[in-house]
Amino acid sequence: MQVQSMFFKRRASEKLADGLLQANMRKAKGKFVDARAKAVLEFGNWEPLRDYAAKLRDAALADLDAYLVEFERNATRRGSVVHWAETAEEACAIIVKIAQDNGVRKVTKSKSMVSEEVNLNERLEAAGVQVVETDLGEYILQLAHEPPSHIVAPAIHKSKEQVADLFTEAHGKPRITQIDALTREAREQLREHFLSADMGISGSNFLVAETGTTLTVTNEGNADLVTTIPRIHCVIAGIEKVIPTLEDFACLVRLLPRSAIGQSITNYLTLTTGVKGPGDADGPEQMHIVLVDAGRTKFVGTDLQEMLRCIRCGACMNHCPVYQNIGGHAYGWVYPGPMGSVLTPVYVGIENAGDLPNAATFCGECAVACPVKIPLPDLMRKLRERQFDGHLRPWSERVGLHAWGWLAMRPGLYAFATGWAARIGSWLGGRDGLIHSLPGLDGWTKGRDMPAPSGRTFRDLYRERQGKR
Amino acid sequence: MSARENILARIRGAQGKPGGEPTAADLGRVRAVMANPVNGPQPAFAHPPDLLVQFLKECDRVGTTHAQVASEADIPREVARYLAAAGLEARIVAWPAFAHLDWASAGVTFESRPARRDDRTGLTGCTCAVAETGTTLLLSSPDQPKVTALLPETHVCVVRKSRLLGTLEEAFALVRREQGELPRSAFFVSGPSRTADIEQTMVIGAHGPYRVHVIIAP
Ligand code: SF4
Repeated sequence: MQVQSMFFKRRASEKLADGLLQANMRKAKGKFVDARAKAVLEFGNWEPLRDYAAKLRDAALADLDAYLVEFERNATRRGSVVHWAETAEEACAIIVKIAQDNGVRKVTKSKSMVSEEVNLNERLEAAGVQVVETDLGEYILQLAHEPPSHIVAPAIHKSKEQVADLFTEAHGKPRITQIDALTREAREQLREHFLSADMGISGSNFLVAETGTTLTVTNEGNADLVTTIPRIHCVIAGIEKVIPTLEDFACLVRLLPRSAIGQSITNYLTLTTGVKGPGDADGPEQMHIVLVDAGRTKFVGTDLQEMLRCIRCGACMNHCPVYQNIGGHAYGWVYPGPMGSVLTPVYVGIENAGDLPNAATFCGECAVACPVKIPLPDLMRKLRERQFDGHLRPWSERVGLHAWGWLAMRPGLYAFATGWAARIGSWLGGRDGLIHSLPGLDGWTKGRDMPAPSGRTFRDLYRERQGKR
Repeated sequence: MSARENILARIRGAQGKPGGEPTAADLGRVRAVMANPVNGPQPAFAHPPDLLVQFLKECDRVGTTHAQVASEADIPREVARYLAAAGLEARIVAWPAFAHLDWASAGVTFESRPARRDDRTGLTGCTCAVAETGTTLLLSSPDQPKVTALLPETHVCVVRKSRLLGTLEEAFALVRREQGELPRSAFFVSGPSRTADIEQTMVIGAHGPYRVHVIIAP
């Protein structure tokens, strides 16, 4: 996906003014949050589980190189071919070559965020391969020529009427708007593709080093058809996904669907290990696994490494007041919400995504919801520091902060200046006691009103109370 | 240098480890971890007083219907009853493990082969079932094609009472004990397929079966 994160501010304003999007986002609001809360309560010992999982992910990342080598060894032993890709470009080239070497004409895909990162569909199509997205949400977006706006519910920004329009045009059938009928129509359209594809491409929620297993955690059953029916199965996965054992998977899968959608388990856990066995009636003859770096090693060994624990559940965006209002597209790249505000600046360069770590209210909800306890606000704060140190914030912000720092170091002057600021502020407040605009700071006040100060400072009040004692 | 060498060297460099590849000591350490799998925290309901009660409760929750039979010989009659009650045709494709049963007198047309696109009902067994989540585990083998549980709109699955376990961890331990390692496909099924991709409204029946019916047999 093309990076558009540098246009965050403009796009966020557009999204806020988009009535249809606002209506669709309002419908979604709270559904995931409530479902998760219920599932967490029911589970009982949720906090110990989160602690355990965070440690488990840290331990795997501390020995990332060794676990990757072990994963490769075990996957290879079972007949998989393991490929390594340093960049998005390399990952695509590897998969295009597999397709070309095997005369692949049609690919069915189950949802994979890494494939969105690397622009895989575009590259395969340019090589003359037909690509069919089979996750319902992704299928809708493929018809709409749009990127996903949520990592778990990619079409969260679309209404059923919009889906009906897309289906009517693509399928040439009478327009229906009932959600179950739309789902059935998609099933019927996609059946043919499942059965006729030469290659299936899936992501992998985790890579199990012990067994060389790749796996998907899904509800629809499309990943099962994609990984079972075609003669070639190709997995594309980030290198950070590796975990030591199947027991570790059992632990993480207690967290993932509960955090994502409030289900205790998804309908399907699909573990695939190597190629089909001798005499097996189904399963692929070739199994390829592409391990992708594409920016992940930039987190390793830094003060942002905790981000690599991420299990892509989407809870942080579901709980984010900014995301809830603008949706995923405004973030300008594959990963929206708080996790995207940390991932995107590092993956694509902070100079291309400078607004993202600032697109937060720092309410802290994301860190509370995150099943692997990633301190997302702290990581965003660290990115802000990097921006400041790298002179990547606007000069006015830098000058302002320096001036404030200079003043704060001089208590007498500080008291004098804040005293006057409080007085002027109280004069500026309108009859409603709100300041609607501040000269030179309209970037801040355009979207916000500020309660006018009372005319006295904290220091005044403090002195007064001390005096009363 | 290959991509593999570069990636491994970058990780090691960033973590302050010497050299470009994991050392024998590094590999020894992670192999020891993998050889001694540890279970994380489990919920209380993963260890219920009665596994069957917990299993059926979770089946209800995920939308799996269920019935119990007194003996293996009763399976065809239960299948016939279920199909009739659901208004479905009395015709199934099944894993060969069920070929010896008397399907004719139950009035069910039976074929022992992997499911194809137009088959309506598939009958399978399972390696074990997990009470915590109402889940069945289907392992692939020549006699256990996965498509039979996947392509038809209705999936009927026989669960042996003796193969009912508490947790996923127990299921993995059982596979290690009995088979050494996972086959190509380990397929954990919890209810009929579903999606909430349009307006976050749950619809039963996406790309997999619309109906899952479990028969508990001795
Ligand atoms: S950062 Fe945490 S909450 Fe957000 S997607 Fe990743 S695991 Fe989920």
